[in-house]
Amino acid sequence: MRAVTVALRQWAPPLVLGLAFLLAWQALVVGAEIKPYLLPSPTAIGTQLALVAPLVWTSALATGANVLVGIVLGTAVAIVAAVAAARSGVVDELMSPTAAAVSVMPIVALAPVLNTMFGTTSTTPRRLIVAIVVFAPVFVTTLRGLRQVQPVHRDLMRAYAASPRQLSRLVTIPGALPYLFTGLRIASSTAVISAVVAEYFGGLQNGLGSRITSAAANSAYARAWAFVLGAIALGLVFYLATLALERAAARRTGG
Amino acid sequence: MSTPVSTTGLPPAAFALAAHAVEATGVGKVFTTRAGAVTALEDVHLTIGAGEFVALIGPSGCGKSTLLRLIADLDTPTSGELTVFGRSPRAAREAQDYGIAFQQAGLLPWRSVRANIELPLELHGVGRSGRTVRSTELLELVGLTEFAGHFPHQLSGGMQQRVAIARSLAEQPSLLLMDEPFGALDEMTRERMQTELVRICAESRAAVVFVTHSIPEAVFLADRVVVMSPRPGRIAEVVPITLTRDAAGRDEDLREDATFFAAVTRVREALHGDGHVRAARGVDVR
Ligand SMILES: Nc1ncnc2c1ncn2[C@@H]1O[C@H](COP(=O)(O)OP(=O)(O)OP(=O)(O)O)[C@@H](O)[C@H]1O
Ligand SMILES: [Mg+2]
Repeated sequence: MRAVTVALRQWAPPLVLGLAFLLAWQALVVGAEIKPYLLPSPTAIGTQLALVAPLVWTSALATGANVLVGIVLGTAVAIVAAVAAARSGVVDELMSPTAAAVSVMPIVALAPVLNTMFGTTSTTPRRLIVAIVVFAPVFVTTLRGLRQVQPVHRDLMRAYAASPRQLSRLVTIPGALPYLFTGLRIASSTAVISAVVAEYFGGLQNGLGSRITSAAANSAYARAWAFVLGAIALGLVFYLATLALERAAARRTGG
Repeated sequence: MSTPVSTTGLPPAAFALAAHAVEATGVGKVFTTRAGAVTALEDVHLTIGAGEFVALIGPSGCGKSTLLRLIADLDTPTSGELTVFGRSPRAAREAQDYGIAFQQAGLLPWRSVRANIELPLELHGVGRSGRTVRSTELLELVGLTEFAGHFPHQLSGGMQQRVAIARSLAEQPSLLLMDEPFGALDEMTRERMQTELVRICAESRAAVVFVTHSIPEAVFLADRVVVMSPRPGRIAEVVPITLTRDAAGRDEDLREDATFFAAVTRVREALHGDGHVRAARGVDVR
């Protein structure tokens, strides 16, 4: 009984607010007779969403796969680079400016170039774009984490004559994990945005981005919005998943 | 230590050295910082026999931790000679001659209590079953059996410190270096741990260098109390403790004994210097 009231108190306000927002939207579109290409009504979007739901689902899977592969690839490269940078000052001097440069690189400029490089029937350009976007934040936070070894832990491992490998495996890397996951959480939203935007520049027509552009090009505005909803849901899924990872890692280290 | 029979061809002097756990001759340590040079230790002469329990006491900042770190080869002396079991501190560290408990517990937060205790064993290649047997014993010893699966942040400061003590004992070292290990414990746990430590050392014949701020603790535990004075850190006096002990080591009645209070008074006077009472900062004279 108590759990129900608590849940109600927690969920009721945003639900009521959301509902009020949708009602106002509907009233505005119907009352002011706004043209669908400017703003379709929520009911029109809802109808379309029900109609193309299977397509939204498969498109979300296609885009989601690109995001996932890109995140894994970008994270792997970032971890290797951060470990190397933490070990050697030279690598650090090379990598840190590179990461800064990569982090300001506009994906909008990169997408067409990669499309011509890898051909328009490949998912590689999209995955690479996600990997590039993920690399910088994960590299920066992981490197910071690797540098956070407490002096008392360093002394302890030295006192027990631990090898550099043991120091990495037992102290440095576990200590850096929460930082890594924070980087990943920060990167997750941009990763989804990049994967969707990368599809705006041609290539395979299987993802959410491609569907949005083609629906808009065919004046099916309500349908375009249905796919936008899919993109929002996909972004939420990745954000919540990485947030859960980050929380779990922080809990393990007592943070 | 019985007189060794020379069969290895080493000169007798080497055996004489090897008989001592720690031998410091004119050891000094100067830290060079941006603000200038800090003399943490000056001209320290100290010999600690195998199996001997030595307490270091002195006001805050007199170099107790520094001396311990030099013995542990976590820092190097800037002058003088220091040997641990007849070899350089570095060689002794690499041979794993000592166990250490720091002023801070220094547990790894992502490891359970049991895994923290097993860390030294894991580092030195002890198998899983051997580690479990040993950590179970140690958990029992420090009274944390029910907390084996907990993580450090779920424990109180005193409990964390007990885990660190258990970890330092894991490999039954012949030299134990302890920097205020009981500082965070409540009085009852503290007295129990003191009694346990005396028993462990009597059993394992380990030499102990034990830093403390408590005079009664130093007197209760040690064979000798080394009183240090600050700026520059040096040994002011070494007070030998001769308490009447029974066969099983020191028991609880000892804390009420007249010889105990006499020893406490002597250390207190040594701390305050030449009888006149100078405020010895950071020293607990309860
Ligand atoms: N790494 C360092 N760099 C510079 N100075 C240091 C360093 N370590 C210690 N010192 C100085 O050496 C002196 C002795 O320090 P130490 O930590 O050995 O004192 P202590 O006797 O253990 O004090 P406490 O009882 O407060 O723990 C202090 O004046 C301190 O400022
Ligand atoms: Mg100290």
